[in-house]
Amino acid sequence: MNRQPFSPGEYRALVARMTPKSRFLRGYLRAFWVGGAICCLGQALTLWAETLHLGEVTAPMFTTGVLILLGTTLTGIGVYDRIGKYAGAGSAIPVTGFANSVAAPAIEFRREGPVTGVGARLFTLAGPVLAYGIATSVLVGLVYWLGKGGAA
Amino acid sequence: MSRAGAQTFVYDRPPVIAAHASLAGPKEGEGPLAAWFDELLEDDLLGQKSWELAEMEMVRRCVQRALDGAELAAEDVHALLGGDLNNQIIATSFAARSLGIPFLGLYGACATFVEALVLASALISAGDLGNAVCSASSHFCTAERQFRFPLELGTQRPPQASWTATACGSAVLLPHGAPGRLRVAAGTVGRVVDLNITDTNHMGAAMAPAVFDCIAAHLADLRRTAEDYDLIATGDLGWIGRNLLLALADRAGVGLPPEKLVDCGASLYSQEQDPHAGGSGCGCVASVSCGWLMKRLERGEFRRLLLVGSGAMLSPTSSQQGQSVPGIAYAACIEGGND
Repeated sequence: MNRQPFSPGEYRALVARMTPKSRFLRGYLRAFWVGGAICCLGQALTLWAETLHLGEVTAPMFTTGVLILLGTTLTGIGVYDRIGKYAGAGSAIPVTGFANSVAAPAIEFRREGPVTGVGARLFTLAGPVLAYGIATSVLVGLVYWLGKGGAA
Repeated sequence: MSRAGAQTFVYDRPPVIAAHASLAGPKEGEGPLAAWFDELLEDDLLGQKSWELAEMEMVRRCVQRALDGAELAAEDVHALLGGDLNNQIIATSFAARSLGIPFLGLYGACATFVEALVLASALISAGDLGNAVCSASSHFCTAERQFRFPLELGTQRPPQASWTATACGSAVLLPHGAPGRLRVAAGTVGRVVDLNITDTNHMGAAMAPAVFDCIAAHLADLRRTAEDYDLIATGDLGWIGRNLLLALADRAGVGLPPEKLVDCGASLYSQEQDPHAGGSGCGCVASVSCGWLMKRLERGEFRRLLLVGSGAMLSPTSSQQGQSVPGIAYAACIEGGND
């Protein structure tokens, strides 16, 4: 009796054929409108902050702060995971999603204590974004500085 | 006890399944098999401080319920064989601590329950154990935090992902001749099979070749065909994995009639519950077999069941290091009715 009727290559092709595909178009549309709505909210907050004369440096910081507060609050009351299930990248990419990626492990690992739990796990998801984000900004800064003529 | 072929135990004195108990969580309690479980949990934390303690309490309660059914006191049990998905199988070992039963901890991923049945039956049939209780559990919330993401993270699951069942199943085995309508007649120890599936979400695809390998070995060792069984129940291949198993059998020329093949993971939830590919976890095959399948066997709806547990032998470390997902399966032939 042939107990392995498929080679790994043949089996992979079979699996690909028999596995339903994610509904990409629907996913794109949902990500677009939810992500767009979060960005519009951010823009509205910035415009409002400007009417309060917060200045062009403080206004974006105000906006970011409010959105992070919103993201963590919605995570804490168990709503953001549902938004994420619906919108995918649309709610993961904006700063509210970044807040969610920090707040979710903070909630999950609180039972392992403030140091080995929350402290150690807080940036398990956001850590790579921070590490490579900061590294990229340093690199871009360096290129910008060299383009300007460097130390000369 | 005698051996058949390369992988199969034939229990000359088939142990009796004297009692069994099943327990399932709130989501499973809304599924199509809800009425078959002995206890449905309203709160998946069970009043405990952590998910892990909740799963431990699930195991303790389920084992105790099975022991009560067999009218056996914990101190009279010779061994508890079982495991779960937690690192170092803490749910089952901590439950064993509370129960005070000699403990043989097993890890066969989601196939653990059937692994326990095969092994306990061998030990009882050979006369090495006077009785045993087999158990396996899983909890959605302990599995998610260990293998995937924090619960509150806003992510999407692909269609091939399975849903870890919050469930537990336990069965008490007594030596041949004890009262009880179910017997474990034979058991096959599967091989670890890997067809290089690297998508850790797609456990049905990773496990189907191992399940097919184990069923093929079982039938060859006992010189049987699928016709000798009234029902073949796989563990947690899910809807996609079940179709892959049928395709494997078809290609190999092994007759596996689709109407005889049920999958516990594909039966545990309805599509409306959005479990994607179906249920998974050690507790899936354990609770579904101890609830739905064994009760139907006892009612005489069918006589001979081939229960095939399926497991994906991955860890977060192996998958992060880019390794593929090996599968394992164990098969137990469970018979109802008179000798």
